[in-house]
Amino acid sequence: MTEAVEAAVPTRTARGHRKSLLQSEQSRGLALISPTFAYALVLLVAPILVVVAHSFWTQDYLTIDRTFTLENYRIALTEPIYRDLLMRSLVISLLVSFFTVILAYPIAFYISFHGGRYKGIWLFLITVPFWTSYLLRVMSWKVILGYNGVLNSGLMGLGVIDEPSTAFLYNTTAVVITLTHAWAAFAVLPIFVSLEKIDRTLIEAAIDLGDGPVRRFLRVVLPLSLPGVIAALLIVMIPTVGDYVTPKLVGGKDGVMIANAIQAQFGKASNWPLGAALSVTTMAVVTAMAGGIVLLLRWSRRLMR
Amino acid sequence: MSDRPMIEIRNVTRSYGSFKALDDAKLSIREGEFFSLLGPSGCGKTTLLRMIAGFDNPTSGSIFIDGQPMAGIAANRRPTNMVFQSYAIFPHLNVGENVSYGLKRLKLDAGEEKRRVEEALEQVSLTGLGKRGATELSGGQRQRVALARALVMRPKVLLLDEPLSALDKKLREQMQVELRRLQQAVGITFILVTHDQYEALAMSDRIAVMFGGRIAQVDKPQEIYQRPATRQVADFLGGMNFVKADVVAVNGETITLETLGFGRITTAKPAGFSGNGASTTLGIRPERLRVMWDDEKAKHEIAGKVIERHYFGEITQLVVNVDGLEKPLSVTETNDFGADDIPVGAPIRLGYDPDALVAMAD
Repeated sequence: MTEAVEAAVPTRTARGHRKSLLQSEQSRGLALISPTFAYALVLLVAPILVVVAHSFWTQDYLTIDRTFTLENYRIALTEPIYRDLLMRSLVISLLVSFFTVILAYPIAFYISFHGGRYKGIWLFLITVPFWTSYLLRVMSWKVILGYNGVLNSGLMGLGVIDEPSTAFLYNTTAVVITLTHAWAAFAVLPIFVSLEKIDRTLIEAAIDLGDGPVRRFLRVVLPLSLPGVIAALLIVMIPTVGDYVTPKLVGGKDGVMIANAIQAQFGKASNWPLGAALSVTTMAVVTAMAGGIVLLLRWSRRLMR
Repeated sequence: MSDRPMIEIRNVTRSYGSFKALDDAKLSIREGEFFSLLGPSGCGKTTLLRMIAGFDNPTSGSIFIDGQPMAGIAANRRPTNMVFQSYAIFPHLNVGENVSYGLKRLKLDAGEEKRRVEEALEQVSLTGLGKRGATELSGGQRQRVALARALVMRPKVLLLDEPLSALDKKLREQMQVELRRLQQAVGITFILVTHDQYEALAMSDRIAVMFGGRIAQVDKPQEIYQRPATRQVADFLGGMNFVKADVVAVNGETITLETLGFGRITTAKPAGFSGNGASTTLGIRPERLRVMWDDEKAKHEIAGKVIERHYFGEITQLVVNVDGLEKPLSVTETNDFGADDIPVGAPIRLGYDPDALVAMAD
């Protein structure tokens, strides 16, 4: 009798276990995320793995030699041309993200603190330039900055300059201006959200404790909106490092960035492994820089107290 | 506490369109006084407090703090500090940094600043918590930090906007005692905004009761409770039995009333009594009516029948029907004599002191 009961117990638990495995919170969670997880795996992880794999191989004319080598990385890191292009890309992306945040912060601040019930309309208006294609917006900067462009004719009309200047277009400045304009709205949103989250009584408390407008901005509003500023910096910086359309269209020869070189390796030069190595190097450097910015701002927030 | 006025509110009105949040308020608050603005939500008490702090401006009228007119003086330049209802603790700063926030601007030397922060933390019993993060505090601790942050500025007036409403009952009662003790220790004028009548009664030197943007009565807690000027004030400050009374005679400061049940009563004339009209209201607090046991006798008695009994632990409330009164009387009795055993339906005699009867303007 006792034996029979004992024998029955394991089977029951085994069945119970199998059932609970199918219905457990964890497995249901996995089942729920599986479509998106598969999507991420196929479209994000797989391509990156392909690129990483290529970076350790060698291009042998039309075929690829699959013996492991670090030669591509040696070229990517030591050839002056790639080092300079990478440095220039990083500097441009930092400048762009810096100017974008400087321009976007006052807009976000105004909408959040003085937008009243028109906040939604203001945010909507900011997206208006994005109704046209990115290429068109870049081209229109050509119209503004070009030799016979709006800026030159305007300045000549005012008598500031006698003949059209070539200083505006086909250089790094043109790339920075164009990219800054293109990314401004993306920086407004995260800053706006972090400003919205600030409890307004905190600002009243700062006033009550004697702070004027500048002090309370620097001591309360800015530190508390820093997460939004970091998000904006990263949102702008990371994609701009890899931008190649803008430098191609308005950058001239001074405005060439690392992505143009990568594109060339995958295209005309047909050296996929070197292109892959350049991509991986860029990704690593951008990751390191993004991490560095986060740490730097955390540290500066501590200083602001 | 001196008699010198610290705050003068002169005919202050605050309108939002046609709505008057505060209507022609006149008030004088003395130096070192614990003053409460008491009233239901929307009565204008917070509006008045915010105008004293400088976060809002009167539509008309003027506010004086320590003899200085406050018109055109921004909130950050006023000698007031505020404890906010939500406490408004800066989340990115620790306790010590929160408390020293306002001191930074004064550019004290490091030792003096540290000493003042520690003194303030000690005053609110938070000694040694200076390094604690703002997000790691309990509700009561946040309240203390907000208090220390305001006190460390040594303001002339400390403004408290419902500071205890977010705390649970036990902690709230403990903080009432502590706040009162703290106010007496520092001697600063405290202005407390609250909708809790017990809080106001327990802590204040004087109370202003407000309804619908108007100040209904300003007086000491005992006076406000025992001699409310109007029915509304009486009702807001706890249970009150209202009895309709006919005016027999008005003699200067006194008034003689005739009521069914309580007979003919001569009492102080209510402040708001207009003099015209043949009837007014007489009131008596439920605890001022005493149950008369067996052969007990009182000089003044009223007889009735118990129709309801409610048990509240330390007290029992009886509802007594008295012939001739339009509404039954409510009586509260402590439970040490067995008031919780009086059966519903029993005849009962109630004793009272005629001084406990108060005439009120309607």
